Amino acid sequence: MGASIKARALVTAIGAVLVAVACGTSSSASGGTVKVMAEWSGQEQANFLAVVKPFEDQTGIKVSYESTRDLTAVIKTRVAAGNPPDLAGVPNPQLLSQFASQGKLTPLDGVLDMSALKQNYSQGWIDLGTYQGKLYQVYSWVSLKGLVWYNPKNFTAKGYQVPKTWSDLISLQSQIKSSGVTPWCIGLKSGGADDGWAGSDWIKEIVLSQSGPTVYDNWVAGKQKWTSPEIKSAFTTWGTILGANDSNVYGGANEITSASFKTSGDGLFTSPPKCYMHNQASFITSFFTSDNPSVQPGTDFNFFPLPDVSSQYTGAHVVAGDSWGLFHDTPQARKLLQYLTTADAQAIWVKAGGKLSPNKQTPLSDYPDALSKESAQILVGTQIAKYDATDNMPADMRTAAWQAVLKFVQNQGNLDSILTNLDKVQQTAYASS
Amino acid sequence: MDFSVLLQDIPTLLVVIIGVPGVLAAYIVGGEYLVRRLPDKNRPRVRPWIWVGPALILVAGYLLIPAILTAIQSVESNRVDVLDPSTWGTNFVGFRNFSRQFADFPTGGAWVAIRNNVIFWLIFYTLFTLAFGLVLAVLFDRVKYESFVKSLIFMPMAISSVALGLIWDFMYEYQPPGAAQTGTVNAVVTTLLHHDPVSWLQDQWPTDTFNILNNLALIGAATWGITGFAMVILSAALKGIPGELLEAARVDGAGELTVFRRVILPLMMPTIVVVGTTLVIFALKAFDVVYVMTSGNYGTDVLAYRMYNQLYLASNSGGASAVAIILLVAVVPVLIFNLRQFRAVEARR
Repeated sequence: MGASIKARALVTAIGAVLVAVACGTSSSASGGTVKVMAEWSGQEQANFLAVVKPFEDQTGIKVSYESTRDLTAVIKTRVAAGNPPDLAGVPNPQLLSQFASQGKLTPLDGVLDMSALKQNYSQGWIDLGTYQGKLYQVYSWVSLKGLVWYNPKNFTAKGYQVPKTWSDLISLQSQIKSSGVTPWCIGLKSGGADDGWAGSDWIKEIVLSQSGPTVYDNWVAGKQKWTSPEIKSAFTTWGTILGANDSNVYGGANEITSASFKTSGDGLFTSPPKCYMHNQASFITSFFTSDNPSVQPGTDFNFFPLPDVSSQYTGAHVVAGDSWGLFHDTPQARKLLQYLTTADAQAIWVKAGGKLSPNKQTPLSDYPDALSKESAQILVGTQIAKYDATDNMPADMRTAAWQAVLKFVQNQGNLDSILTNLDKVQQTAYASS
Repeated sequence: MDFSVLLQDIPTLLVVIIGVPGVLAAYIVGGEYLVRRLPDKNRPRVRPWIWVGPALILVAGYLLIPAILTAIQSVESNRVDVLDPSTWGTNFVGFRNFSRQFADFPTGGAWVAIRNNVIFWLIFYTLFTLAFGLVLAVLFDRVKYESFVKSLIFMPMAISSVALGLIWDFMYEYQPPGAAQTGTVNAVVTTLLHHDPVSWLQDQWPTDTFNILNNLALIGAATWGITGFAMVILSAALKGIPGELLEAARVDGAGELTVFRRVILPLMMPTIVVVGTTLVIFALKAFDVVYVMTSGNYGTDVLAYRMYNQLYLASNSGGASAVAIILLVAVVPVLIFNLRQFRAVEARR
């Protein structure tokens, strides 16, 4: 008898706690939450949180953000386990297309105002996110690749001229080298399975500008062999930039492979400079300024587009970006995605530096400095825009290509065997996906 | 910090705290109740199964069935969803997944990973750890501050292996010759040995196809983390050797080295073998250090990391299963030997 009274009291108490907790949670999270996952950490993460801050304040919806550099593996695990984030920002559109083909993503045609989107985004960006006639991914920021960063102060001190043509660039680098300094800083470390991508950017830019868009597209689609003269010549052309035994690059192969892509460009700002040039996409400026708080865009760093290798394909640029995919179609996630594609949201991103907006409504005056304005103008005016090749290849091919870049840097003499191996991967990678 | 997230989980937490012991208690009481209803002679036969049941179900659910599914997946193409039995056998590919892993000896397929696991990790990781563990256990046994230094050596065991990888990433950091070295190891190499800095994790010395140096660098980091484990167990075995035995040997005129070789080592051998085989299993399933420090690049891939890459990056579940089976086949003999040895040690006590 006594025991049953006690038990009843216990059950009542637990019930009371449960009710209290339920009330407490429902009142504190009035607007609900959106779980977002992407690769951005550090400064980039802070910028993203600044972008969503007005959204949170306005709607009361909380954005719970998770960041990982091993995004592909983490997202695949979460999707397989039935626990994906609501929204994911992903740098390789191929991954989201794969999820779209498996029916894991919500088509965005009914989520976003498509006619407004078509007005604001150029067709190329919409096509990239379209799978079998439906939009599955949408870009909220993009970056322009193939920009060579330099320190104008160092250039004037030595009387170096910004090269206009490829042969100018080659003669400039031998001029720099003869003064006893290495012309280039290159860092390929990235973390996770991503090591090497920064070197593959060189290859993409050279393929596009040397052999043109048709070869580039076939190469992405797996129809152009790696051992073909076009791709091989892209590697050997990069080899002329690297120099024999990577002697044109600060620290040689050891430094290239062990330095992070985030910090390797800092060699432009040391005294004396470790290097005079650094090739990286437009996003690198946010790393420059967070690593070296005293440097100013325009005076301490500036860029010139990598000169065309062949005059036949003038104005060709490689672009990239992070695209959003919607895994859980909740009202909160919808609202956030709608907000992220507005010019208002993108203006905040753009102002933080490093990012360009694919939205035509984002006014050029929102860009924080002349440099990002200039790259935005180049992006708008690009005649041949091609999306990052390796990011659009099947995962197997992409990883193999990045590893091949590392191997090439370590020993350029192995090029033939490296390319033969890539051909083998190409045969299986496209078949299995 | 917003704690409302924690509040949301409280109902779940309550269910776990109250529910799990509740279900267990109900199972035990209910099981006993059923056993009591049985005729007397049947009880001893049924009761053990009632008690062992939950463990069996867990082992089957989390180990046996997944292992069987992996074996099935390893002979099927990727189109087969192994969780859906109706698709089994629809895309049978024989041993193609395996032949791909074994293609192009010695640099293609899984060969680099197999070489690193079976030669470098298995031999050096096991030997280094055993040797350091044994030497430290024997030497510390003779000093007053034994427990203090032992806890120092044991401390890396408390560090997560990802943190360990990051720490050693910093230790091995490389700056070109002439620049200030930020990595401790290279600072020592340049200032004390007057040698050019070495990029420990990327340098494929002596040759691209047989790169010992960076593999040893990884193994060194892993050894640092696990030596404490070997030391503690070996030290316990050392304490178990009766003092009279050592005394007798010394009275008979044996030097310290002879005592170690002829008395201590033979008596500790069963423990050394058990620790050694455990380390062999650790070596075969090495993953975290490689994942954090080199991502398997520069010829440092290992089987577990290759399996992960095949599954998550390449979405090649067939290939990943094949690697898993290769790993299983490599581990099982060691496992059996380890269990036998362990039983032998127990029997001797």
